[in-house]
Amino acid sequence: MAKLLSDKTREAFMGPLNANNPVVVQILGICSALAVTVQLKNALVMGVAVTVIVALANVVISALRNTIPGRIRIIVQLVVVAALVTLVSAILKAFLYDVSVALSVYIGLIITNCILMGRLEAYAMSNGPWDSFMDGLGNGLGYTWVLAVIAFVRELLGSGSIFGFQVIPDWCYEHGYVNNGMMMMPAMALILAGCIIWAHRALNDKEDKK
Amino acid sequence: MFNKLYDIVEKIRPNFEEGGKLHAFWSVFDGFATFLFTPNTPAKRIGAQIHDGNDSKRTMIMVVLALVPAMLFGMYNVGYQHFLATGELVKGAVTCAMFWKAFAFGLLALLPYIIVSYLVGLGIEFTVAQWKHEEIAEGFLVTGFLIPLIVPINTPLWMVAIATAFAVIFAKEVFGGTGYNIFNVALITRAFLFFAYPTKMSGDQVFVRTEGTWGWDNGKTLVDGFSGATPLGQLATAPDATAQIHDTLGSPMTLLDAMNGLYPGSVGETCVWAIALGALLLLVTGVASWKTMLSVFVGGGVTAALFNLSGATAVAATPWYMHLVLGGFAFGAVFMATDPVTSARTEVGKYIYGFMIGMVAIIVRALNPGYPEGMMLAILLMNCLAPLIDWCVVQVNISKRMKRA
Repeated sequence: MAKLLSDKTREAFMGPLNANNPVVVQILGICSALAVTVQLKNALVMGVAVTVIVALANVVISALRNTIPGRIRIIVQLVVVAALVTLVSAILKAFLYDVSVALSVYIGLIITNCILMGRLEAYAMSNGPWDSFMDGLGNGLGYTWVLAVIAFVRELLGSGSIFGFQVIPDWCYEHGYVNNGMMMMPAMALILAGCIIWAHRALNDKEDKK
Repeated sequence: MFNKLYDIVEKIRPNFEEGGKLHAFWSVFDGFATFLFTPNTPAKRIGAQIHDGNDSKRTMIMVVLALVPAMLFGMYNVGYQHFLATGELVKGAVTCAMFWKAFAFGLLALLPYIIVSYLVGLGIEFTVAQWKHEEIAEGFLVTGFLIPLIVPINTPLWMVAIATAFAVIFAKEVFGGTGYNIFNVALITRAFLFFAYPTKMSGDQVFVRTEGTWGWDNGKTLVDGFSGATPLGQLATAPDATAQIHDTLGSPMTLLDAMNGLYPGSVGETCVWAIALGALLLLVTGVASWKTMLSVFVGGGVTAALFNLSGATAVAATPWYMHLVLGGFAFGAVFMATDPVTSARTEVGKYIYGFMIGMVAIIVRALNPGYPEGMMLAILLMNCLAPLIDWCVVQVNISKRMKRA
């Protein structure tokens, strides 16, 4: 049976999901990971937005890679990303207005997200469009799952709900359970991100040990 | 009796040593054995020695002993405030029977906190020590004793358990255990509680046990005019600069009242005399640095005096000497700021470190009504900066010597 994806394409897609994850291994995109993970819904929308933008930007830059002059490549990349971000932002405002308000400035700030510039520079500038697309998809999903895990814990312990639905029964509140206000703060998101990195490194024992 | 105990310890020791059948529990055994007796492993006779073979448990035990007066008084105060609120105790006419009743109430109220704090903290420490095959570090001995003394008496126990676990894991074990922590672990516990459950950590409902304890004295009606607000809480919410602080029944408090400590607050922090006793023990035995302790008070006093000049709000207008005796200022200065692990280590650095703790604490109190008590935040902030202070002091020293040479 022919493989669905070539080894290189598979690596481009699967690598960022685990072994080369942009957030927990490369420690990129931390700022937005802390800011938008108070609620699971917002985190997922943010993750999808980043995935779409990084995948499409990768394709565009990869297609143009031989015609972009080396000295102004960053500005070209920025223009492509900015156009895509504006598009996504407009779509969110039109169809998911409340989420767009909750994410506020962070959708616009995807332009400066290190994951994007990193992938464009490191991958799209030297690989074909199909591989670049898969790489962008992989990185976007790798970013999304970390956000989703952090947001799940934060929303569950901080607001007692998942996707806005209350999951901790009233019975608990009547008996003195109180939501953890620390979970609503970015500081706790950083500690949770640290825990995920900790667990990830413990599981993937390939980290260079001195 | 001690000789007999020593014989028993030595008799069971082989079981825990390399090859013994209980070797898996060596760290537990070693922990308790060195808790009782000086370890039989003196410093090696080679090279220059800065420290002797003394175990840090000896130091820790001194701090725990120094905390005992504050804890005993705290217990009495918990009962005193409770019976004052229910009207059973008349202010100024405390009989002997009433005294012991109040003390017993406070003892029963505080005991669960001590047990929970030690159970959770030591549980984690023992587990980590066994897991890493290390000696059990003794740092939690003091931390576990401090935690019940710096929380309001109405804090739910499960919150204390979660906060203790959080602090021990994230403020201590991830940094490498006792002696490697950047922040004071007990204060991280309190900070976690403060930010995670703000409704249970401040306000006028949490510092006086109005309900009973263990089912004793439940459901009493409170006397008229009762208010559980701490003096600093009253000042922070005061409408104008002329506001006076008052005790639970509404009579004004003098400096002496504030020092005697019969007012609402976190358990161990109210009585200045009890804290002074502890401070004396720490200074005489050389466990705590007088430089740090003194400069905290100087820093706080000077800053508060400067705010007195403006006197725009009730907190700023409070005399500087009141600031030093109210709330957790004295407690923090004596037991928290002097923590040898997290404070500055250079001698000049200690002055700067202490002075800035006092200064920041008063600034937080005066400028942010959301935080009536600034001591916790001040010490944690300076814990952060202590290595920087040390670095600067060392660098200045080096450049001075370079010039001289």
